[in-house]
Amino acid sequence: MSAVTQSILYLDGVSVSFDGFKALRSLSLTLQPGEMRAIIGPNGAGKTTMMDVITGKTKADEGDVLFDKGSIDLSRFDEAAIAELGIGRKFQKPTVFESHSVADNVLLALKGDRSPFSALFGARNRIATETIDRYLGIVHLLDHRARLAGALSHGQKQWLEIAMLLAQDPKLLLIDEPVAGMTDAETDVTAELLKDIARDHSVVVVEHDMGFVRALGCRVTCLHEGSVLAEGSIDAVAGNERVIEVYLGR
Amino acid sequence: MLTMRFFRMIEGRGLVFLGIIALVALLVPFCNLYLAPGNPFHVSNGTVVLLGKYLCYAMFAVALDLVWGYCGILSLGHGAFFALGGYAMGMYLMRQIGTRGVYAHPVLPDFMVFLNYKELPLTWWGFQHFPYAMLMVVLVPGLLAFVFGWLAFRSRVTGVYLSIMTQALTYALWLSFFRNDMGFGGNNGLTDFKDILGHNVQAQGTRAGLFIITCIALALTFIIARMIVASTYGKVLVAIRDGESRTRFLGYRVEHHKLLVWVVSAMMAGVAGALYVPQVGIINPSEFHPANSIEAVVWVALGGRGTLVGAALGAVVVNWLKTVFTTGWLAPYWLFALGGLFVLVTLAMPKGLIGVWEDIRARLANRKAIADAKASGGGSPVARSPDPQVPR
Repeated sequence: MSAVTQSILYLDGVSVSFDGFKALRSLSLTLQPGEMRAIIGPNGAGKTTMMDVITGKTKADEGDVLFDKGSIDLSRFDEAAIAELGIGRKFQKPTVFESHSVADNVLLALKGDRSPFSALFGARNRIATETIDRYLGIVHLLDHRARLAGALSHGQKQWLEIAMLLAQDPKLLLIDEPVAGMTDAETDVTAELLKDIARDHSVVVVEHDMGFVRALGCRVTCLHEGSVLAEGSIDAVAGNERVIEVYLGR
Repeated sequence: MLTMRFFRMIEGRGLVFLGIIALVALLVPFCNLYLAPGNPFHVSNGTVVLLGKYLCYAMFAVALDLVWGYCGILSLGHGAFFALGGYAMGMYLMRQIGTRGVYAHPVLPDFMVFLNYKELPLTWWGFQHFPYAMLMVVLVPGLLAFVFGWLAFRSRVTGVYLSIMTQALTYALWLSFFRNDMGFGGNNGLTDFKDILGHNVQAQGTRAGLFIITCIALALTFIIARMIVASTYGKVLVAIRDGESRTRFLGYRVEHHKLLVWVVSAMMAGVAGALYVPQVGIINPSEFHPANSIEAVVWVALGGRGTLVGAALGAVVVNWLKTVFTTGWLAPYWLFALGGLFVLVTLAMPKGLIGVWEDIRARLANRKAIADAKASGGGSPVARSPDPQVPR
């Protein structure tokens, strides 16, 4: 049981099926507090479904999904409650609020009371600009604070979403394909950014880009057909024969 | 300090709007009461009623824009809340008739005597008291919206499915209010009103008073709506409109946020309906007709969705056109005009009248910037706005 009580996130025997298609087959994964973990795997391996199960978008058919030293059973909560518990998520497609300014996107994400009345009359109307600018500074978007989020470049939207994630001050960050569609220079900056964040957060990163995963320098888990195929350092996983087989489609 | 904050919250466009309302509220009753009928600036009694009606519709449109324009809830049954507010006011007015009815019954309205009612139904109790009736004007639409919204938003019914359900809601009410045994006057509705707070509803002075009150109510509705959309709550509403599931992942209880704005909007619609009834002198089940609610959506779309001022403008413009088209030789063509208008707005001006106005302003500003750049002998002209409007 010690694996459970020391973990920030503990998945055991999780299965999900959609109309007979098994997206997850008895998936097990343990994340230590403060750890960064990269998840790789071919299309349809169940990476996004795993994120959905953790964040409450999809319910697991069976298995345990436990958070914070096994003390919280995530299957009993919905999306909003899970976000409140301290799990933040960045989506594969950048989903910022395009008709709001960059600063307002962060304002909406900031940790704090999320009731309608707080937003109407209360604390959420008195948030200091400096608080917002601190997060925009981290992702190099300070000069763009007044622009509409919809006018940002693809890479900048990804960064804005990371700033929103940080503003939520979550215990665990789930980051889905942060460098999809980024230039090489942007990818390098993002890798540095995530390494910085991982210093005081637990992070799960889903990514296809092997170069990027190598740059993160963390433990890697390879998923295939809904369960774990291999786990270990990037070199160990990349050298694993079954992983090569799956990726080359032999 | 406080005034500055108020001005910033209302915005320039809103201040112009409030200014126009104030002007109308002063000028129309003045020109009606104090200028002789021969005077070219005289406003006839009929015109006062007509304008009062437009302003009630404008209020209704602002309420609808609040939920549709800012929160993305397309209600095709908002007329239900308007009509319920109207019925609450109508019931008060019926109780004021007293023995002056055809059957001269001291308590029962004429239609109840006619239908052999022995005593006043429970639903009518208390409506002879003005404060109680006014409470019901906001409470009944608010309560219905609360129950409907609580069920619908909690079950995550959105988009076209929600629109269809709102349509079904008003359709069901339409059918129910037609029935004589509902106890609300059936097909004929409530009419033949005499007094409101002791003043004859037909009197010129009362009508002018009702007109001024309608202007004040419209201004207040607009200010409350502006307060909502200018707060962070308004930003959450727009976030829900543009990405409901994303907002949920940020930890917001989307259903609570939607429910609040939905109930507030229904109450505003109820007040609009309550002001409408004493001015037009009748309320009947046709106000529940789904077509009314759909027409209101056209007003908001024409004026400019998500601008509040545009919604009010659209309501006045479309209803003025309706008046023009339904009287005289143009009468057979009104439905064609309305349909054509909707097609025109959807294809040619998706941001409505306000959007067209802003495009023109942006283009003029661009032209001025280019002229300035040329005049100062600078190199290539640079547009001042960061995202110049592309001509459509």
